[in-house]
Amino acid sequence: MQHVYLDNAATTPMAPAVIAAMTQQMQADFGNASSTHWFGRQAHMQLDASRQVIAQSINAQPDEIIFTSGATESNNTAINQVAHEFAARGKHIITTAIEHPSVLQPLKQLEKEGFDVTYLPVDEKGEISLADFDAALDDETILVSIMMGNNEVGSRMPIQAIGERLSQHQAIFHTDATQAYGLLDIDVQALHVDLLSTSAHKINGPKGVGFLYRRNQLMLKPFLRGGEQEKKRRAGTENIAGIVGFAKAVSLLTPAVKAQHQSDYLGFKHQIMTALADAGVDYAVNGSVQADNLNHVFNLWLAGLSTYALQTNLDLDGFAVSGGSACTAGSLEPSHVLIAMFGQASPRISESIRISFGAFTTADDVAAFAQALVKIAQRLHAHSK
Amino acid sequence: MSGGVDSSVTALLLKQQGYDVVGVFMKNWDDTDEYGVCTATEDYEDVAKVASEIGIPYYSINFEKEYWDRVFQYFLKEYKAGRTPNPDVMCNKEVKFKAFLDYAEELDADYIAMGHYAQTTTDENGIVHMLRGADGNKDQTYFLSQLSQDQLKKAMFPIGHLQKPQVRAIAAEYGLATAAKKDSTGICFIGERNFKQFLSTYLPAQPGQMMTTDGTVMGHHDGLMYYTIGQRSGLGIGGNSENSEPWFVVGKDLAKNVLYVGQGFNNPHLMATSLDASGMNFFTGQAPAAEFHCTAKFRYRQKDVGVTVKMNGDAAKIVFDEPVRAITPGQAVVLYNGNECYGGGTIEAAYNDAKVLQYV
Repeated sequence: MQHVYLDNAATTPMAPAVIAAMTQQMQADFGNASSTHWFGRQAHMQLDASRQVIAQSINAQPDEIIFTSGATESNNTAINQVAHEFAARGKHIITTAIEHPSVLQPLKQLEKEGFDVTYLPVDEKGEISLADFDAALDDETILVSIMMGNNEVGSRMPIQAIGERLSQHQAIFHTDATQAYGLLDIDVQALHVDLLSTSAHKINGPKGVGFLYRRNQLMLKPFLRGGEQEKKRRAGTENIAGIVGFAKAVSLLTPAVKAQHQSDYLGFKHQIMTALADAGVDYAVNGSVQADNLNHVFNLWLAGLSTYALQTNLDLDGFAVSGGSACTAGSLEPSHVLIAMFGQASPRISESIRISFGAFTTADDVAAFAQALVKIAQRLHAHSK
Repeated sequence: MSGGVDSSVTALLLKQQGYDVVGVFMKNWDDTDEYGVCTATEDYEDVAKVASEIGIPYYSINFEKEYWDRVFQYFLKEYKAGRTPNPDVMCNKEVKFKAFLDYAEELDADYIAMGHYAQTTTDENGIVHMLRGADGNKDQTYFLSQLSQDQLKKAMFPIGHLQKPQVRAIAAEYGLATAAKKDSTGICFIGERNFKQFLSTYLPAQPGQMMTTDGTVMGHHDGLMYYTIGQRSGLGIGGNSENSEPWFVVGKDLAKNVLYVGQGFNNPHLMATSLDASGMNFFTGQAPAAEFHCTAKFRYRQKDVGVTVKMNGDAAKIVFDEPVRAITPGQAVVLYNGNECYGGGTIEAAYNDAKVLQYV
């Protein structure tokens, strides 16, 4: 059976050029970039070159890039270290209700430690309002952590507008750009962000590597302590192969490629919506369909059909989509994002699937998927009658 | 697939027979602790291992709501009424062979297969009959006694013809991760936790008097729901100089909140000669006759007793060939004819000749 992958917001396949670059690196070098001999210098050279590529991609300085194990570590580092560094200035933090768990869980822990967290609500499009943000911001606010775009519904947050508001405020501005990094042109200067998290495996790079952008003027203590790697900002021997692969993946994503992906993915959404409408399958989009969203994410509500039945049937037919995050026993957790958008009682919570496109998704894949989804939906509707 | 050896071998055998098999784990109860770990985690991990070993896809489905509404509410209601419910019978009827069957049909499955020790056979008229599992010690038809003909037609029991040691040997032969896994015990959602403590978190306990049937107060009980007819342990009273036999629960009076106790395993108050049953279910869709003789079990793994069944609508009067000890209202009475299991009902009341026993 042919397997079609439409879960690129979860992870992406590595690009062949990334695999080639990593293979080459692993075959040629193995040195520790901190070593002061020839082997170490070889590794260090690769590290520097990669850092250069990545810094340029967001208009940052190379020494503002701290390599980490991924977005979870980047988010944990940003949130914990800012909160603890600036606790004397205030204990208030602003975030949104629809952040990734690697933002929400550290914040939950900080609440237990006495910090006060405001979770900005979202509307049915999955968007926050600046009026809510302005109302929440006060003299006690020390940290604002707001994602650039959402991983479940693809909605965008007004990062630049918030960055501008905070440019004259004590609060440090962190954004989780994990989903946005592969699709949007990001300029940390123009956006006025102090901290930005990313992950390589969401953009056709390897798993286990990411970075935290940290504005040079912002001094934070390291989250992981040990050796003096990353200028004492993150201990642990650098994952050179991963970093080289990450830089290669970044270099493939030119502004033109990103724009093309955005436009292709928008087209894929319309392709699916047209197929469902033509077949008379009842559906609604969770969020909105608009050109400047993160278009790789497409969240659909199929009224009356359970997420379990939809996702499992699709998988049995060879189509991988997401039904949400699973607990340790494999059963689906209700999405905190859909709950924030539609309320706890909405049938959308248990009748939706997330489809996410990637660099290797083709129009044929999408056509085959739409056909399979129509068939499954019609069969399930017939069964429930 | 539960993550146990029985359903593991069930899946393996079906795969070997050429079926297109999909493994599904049911999560029916949420006991997630503060670390986000629930007891289902380990079982699901075992399902994942076994399914990968066999080469079949596996999924998890959540029936917590169905279980809560259709099994656990019944369970609490029965305890509140002073009876001893059988949640496994209800779970089979309402969850495993209803919600789960429905889900399997949504997945376009032709059959559901279970790792129960039970067998079926189809007669010339296309009617499916239920037979005991070949392993007399493990036979689980008792728990399946409320299934309908439609449910049975969709069900397969691929290990029903095997002995438990054979099932373990097959699992070991194919190197399945669950080959040596301990069998689960107790009611599934309570597991090996303290039953009394569990129940007390859902139902308020009303302590009261413990007395003999002639009114001698023997002490106090912690709440009638904690005691089952015929139970010995937990009474906290010993023998006396005249009679050194141990004490047993012989009755309950819910209205007066009194627990009756009596001495001797075969105390006359524990001995019944007949019972009333409700909700009589026959796998084939109807009773063999308005009145018939067969054998019966009144609790799981009990030896069969000869009985005469007199049907009255979907209720029945069941008269025993010889007195039976500790007939417990709320439990299932299940009927057999040789190797065939007819079906069963729920015990409502027990009698010693014409006298109703003070069980609730």
